[in-house]
Amino acid sequence: MTACNPMTPLTLLILSLIMVPLATGLGLAFLRIDALRKVVVVGVTLAVCAGTIALVAVSAPLDLGGGMSLNNHWINMAILGAEVTMSLYIIYVGLRAKHAMIVLLTLAQMGLMGWFEFTAGAHVEVTQNLFVDKLSVIMALINGLVGGGICIYALGYMREYHEVAHREVRDRRPLFFALLFVFLGAMFGLIFANNLMWLFLFWEITTLCSFLLIGYTQTDEALRNARRALVMNLAGGLAFAMAIVWCYRQTHGIELQALIGSKQALVLVPAALLCFAGITKSAQLPFSSWLLGAMVAPTPVSALLHSSTMVKAGVYLVLRMAPVITGTKVGTMVALVGGITFLVGSLAAITASEAKRVLAWSTIANLGLIVLCGGIGTYEALWAGVLLIIFHAVAKCLLFLCVGVVDHKMHTRSIEEMSGLIRRLPRVAVMMLIGMAGMFLAPFGMLISKWAVLKAVVDAAPLLSVFIVFGSAATLFFWVKWMGKLVEVTAAGDTDKKEFGLSEGVALYSLGVATFLTCLLFPLISSQFVEPYVMDVYGQTASLSKDNILIMTIMMALVMLFPLSFIGYGRGVKVVDAYLGGANVGGSVRFLGSANAVEEVTMHNYYLRGFFSETWLSRWGGIGGSVFLAIMLLVSYFL
Amino acid sequence: MSIWIRVIIYLVAAPVVGCLLSGWDRRITARMQARQGPPILQPLYDVMKLWGKENLVVRRSQNLYIWFFLVLVIFTGGLFFAGADLLLVIFALTLGAIFFVLGAYKASSPYSFIGAERELIQIMAYEPMVLLTAIGMYIATRSFSVEAIAGHSKLLVLTLPGVFLGFLYTLEIKFRKSPFDLSSSHHAHQELVRGITTEFSGRTLALIEIAHWYETVFLLGWVYLFFASLPMLGVAVSLFVFVFVILVDNVFARLKWQTAVRSAWLVTAVLGFGNILILSLLQNK
Amino acid sequence: MSGISKSPWILHYDASSCNGCDIEVLACLTPVFDVERLGVINTGNPKHADIFLVTGAVNEQSRKVIVNLYNQMPEPKVVVAVGICASTGGIFRECYNISGGVDSIIPVDVYVPGCAARPEAIIDGVVQALGVLEKKRAAQIPSNTISATAST
Repeated sequence: MTACNPMTPLTLLILSLIMVPLATGLGLAFLRIDALRKVVVVGVTLAVCAGTIALVAVSAPLDLGGGMSLNNHWINMAILGAEVTMSLYIIYVGLRAKHAMIVLLTLAQMGLMGWFEFTAGAHVEVTQNLFVDKLSVIMALINGLVGGGICIYALGYMREYHEVAHREVRDRRPLFFALLFVFLGAMFGLIFANNLMWLFLFWEITTLCSFLLIGYTQTDEALRNARRALVMNLAGGLAFAMAIVWCYRQTHGIELQALIGSKQALVLVPAALLCFAGITKSAQLPFSSWLLGAMVAPTPVSALLHSSTMVKAGVYLVLRMAPVITGTKVGTMVALVGGITFLVGSLAAITASEAKRVLAWSTIANLGLIVLCGGIGTYEALWAGVLLIIFHAVAKCLLFLCVGVVDHKMHTRSIEEMSGLIRRLPRVAVMMLIGMAGMFLAPFGMLISKWAVLKAVVDAAPLLSVFIVFGSAATLFFWVKWMGKLVEVTAAGDTDKKEFGLSEGVALYSLGVATFLTCLLFPLISSQFVEPYVMDVYGQTASLSKDNILIMTIMMALVMLFPLSFIGYGRGVKVVDAYLGGANVGGSVRFLGSANAVEEVTMHNYYLRGFFSETWLSRWGGIGGSVFLAIMLLVSYFL
Repeated sequence: MSIWIRVIIYLVAAPVVGCLLSGWDRRITARMQARQGPPILQPLYDVMKLWGKENLVVRRSQNLYIWFFLVLVIFTGGLFFAGADLLLVIFALTLGAIFFVLGAYKASSPYSFIGAERELIQIMAYEPMVLLTAIGMYIATRSFSVEAIAGHSKLLVLTLPGVFLGFLYTLEIKFRKSPFDLSSSHHAHQELVRGITTEFSGRTLALIEIAHWYETVFLLGWVYLFFASLPMLGVAVSLFVFVFVILVDNVFARLKWQTAVRSAWLVTAVLGFGNILILSLLQNK
Repeated sequence: MSGISKSPWILHYDASSCNGCDIEVLACLTPVFDVERLGVINTGNPKHADIFLVTGAVNEQSRKVIVNLYNQMPEPKVVVAVGICASTGGIFRECYNISGGVDSIIPVDVYVPGCAARPEAIIDGVVQALGVLEKKRAAQIPSNTISATAST
């Protein structure tokens, strides 16, 4: 038994961030009293948030990142045991569903890992099982704060879900919250793990949580989509397992930081395999269908797993691989996968009229942009990629939570039904507008990140810019027409008195504020977290020049003036009807049509379905993505 | 010339120049149609008249969006002539355009709604080429700063001919002229009534007109950038391009939006991207 | 100088006209007469218009529309009745469905008689309307919303 290193405060903090949510999750599975659950959820969430903020302070003196040993035979045994248990459960699931791929993939994984443990397990030496650097801190902040907000939101949301909106779904809230917290803990584990075996365990835990949560409603459609997600993520898991074996073969080590620091030619294959795993987890083409199918799950699941955190784990891994694959054909292929996903995702989102589908495609597209950055892998691209992660996580989460509230209030997720939301649910509508602005509008974060991506691309691989320019044009279209739907007011209607409950309100307002703050404090975030990280990895970093920061601040001020201008608006203007050819009937909503029939004005957004076909885009995008992935794997081995 | 002087000259001179150009636009159009046409200062009279008219709205907050549209268009031009980062200039203009579109949505009338949707489609059609123009200029001069590009010693149009032609194509869309006047029309077309500007009146409409003046000057300034190393040639080409845009406007009828998007994207891919492809291959050698 | 007389924008509405006067109005825009020399633009949108050019007499359907369009025009505005039908009801004055000229429902500022009114007369009428517009603008007459007189 190897002696443990003395526990530094940092190690203790990290361990508790991983273990506390995990333990809470396991405990919550048996807690059936609602009131008690509320207390536990809120309490642990606040503790986790405090912990992540403390992490910022405690890890500050660590300039270059530090690792912890924690070499303990029993811990490794426990991890192995957990892996085996999970694999057996998944095989059981696969057998029960008569799904051959699930069983085969899991058996392959088990076989590979088993063989690895058997032959090399005793000889593997790991110096640092855990590792913390600025990127880990950023990811931890996202996971803790955004994830915590979602857990609080889920309290009110799931109560309404089971008691009002979806009484037909069996109330399994203990399991639901248990899975949320287990997932949070696993994400922390994933972020802080340096030992690839440990990372693999946490990776698979997130796959399992995702599977169980997508299938929460237990309808046929949900179970089918859950299985699809499981299969695709298992494929990624298999690639992950192969990466571990290969990495050990090449370098006699299974540590992530060591892999990153190794010679490119040596570790290109494991890096490519890890990128493959990241690509499946972040639903890039051709694996995008699982994310679209996952939207059947309740909104907190979509927000937490499928936009802000779990899928970020995939792109996080790709970004970690960036220094290894930069400048190689593997990197080019990864960038191409990201690029084509961004383009296809943006175009497909135009044709979607259901809110969660638009958000899903948009998530896939933005993850593609991050993967593009990872593939290019220069210091500029890495800087842009990390910024994208931060801004996207916050803004997209806010949007999902708003859509959830709208879903419960209005029993619809169709964008067309959201017409006039600014009058009916003003607070929610404003939050949604902030979220959307955060997704694509200057000078909000995502736009700054896109600007950074463009800069990185023109320096490294200008030809990839074709994906970005066409994709950006498309994103503008679908966001603005949705925004337009929210602000237009056609029918007379009342404002709902109670828009959302306390827990939803807390989550929405905090995320709205967070979106604003991340934008406002963007230079600070860049200089305190992102630039030091990039500097670590490359020895040089990109940043915003003072002039540009000034310009963006001015633009930000201008945009912030807009809501202020509503104070005292409407003076000096006279309200008349809209122009309806002179045939208005008492207002702007009805007009006299043919045969003296009174018609109502209906205004439907353009979905351009005759112009862009989602099926065609998915199919050819998927083919393109598969081709690029195949080339990536081949090229990593043969060149 | 110091930045602030340039900006102030722009702020003051651009509406004047824009007004005159707009007036010449209507004159030249009229002459092409064998008519006399209005006086050159007609746009000024239009704005003055609109300024004194009653301000009617359908929704109380709709005019606020237009104020921000104007401010952002002015800001865009100011950034451009101050020599700032070209990408930020593009993003500022896009932000302004979005405020314009949202204002039309806010007005909540079917004609302004269609105008808004079509305006968005227009933006989607020209945005790739606009971004590729900035990227092309970066590849040719290694800088996104307008100041650096303007100071570049070589004639940019020689290295970026495809980009220039593609840019001209999208200028037709940006100027909202046939064959791409999809969202609103200046002349007697009444298919959409007034499209995006249907529900705006009085002072607000005047602001939209003034914003178009600023935008015209900015766009012609960008054309000048392709010829910046020979200033006289640059000014001459800008004016020629303006007249050429009017000629195309009078020759063509309006196209469907599908054609607009398809053709614009095709031109972007072939001319714009092709140019950049060749340029980067040549540079890598 | 407000510019209002130099930039008269027109809203042209056919109440129940036989289209004779309408064709003459459109002829004013053609190169032969070219009213754009005077800054006239034919907008189809009441909110952009200064001059409401109405042809044809008023019947049940057009009554509501005329009032609706008139109310959607911003001040200062003038109404020009083009052709004898718009002025007084013309030869259709005694018909069961005609309530008379345009002045039976909205205040008319200039009458342009004729059947069909000639383009020269129409232009003359518009120029006179510009004078009325100037006077209205100077006097800052407040707007009054006409309500559609109910008659089923």
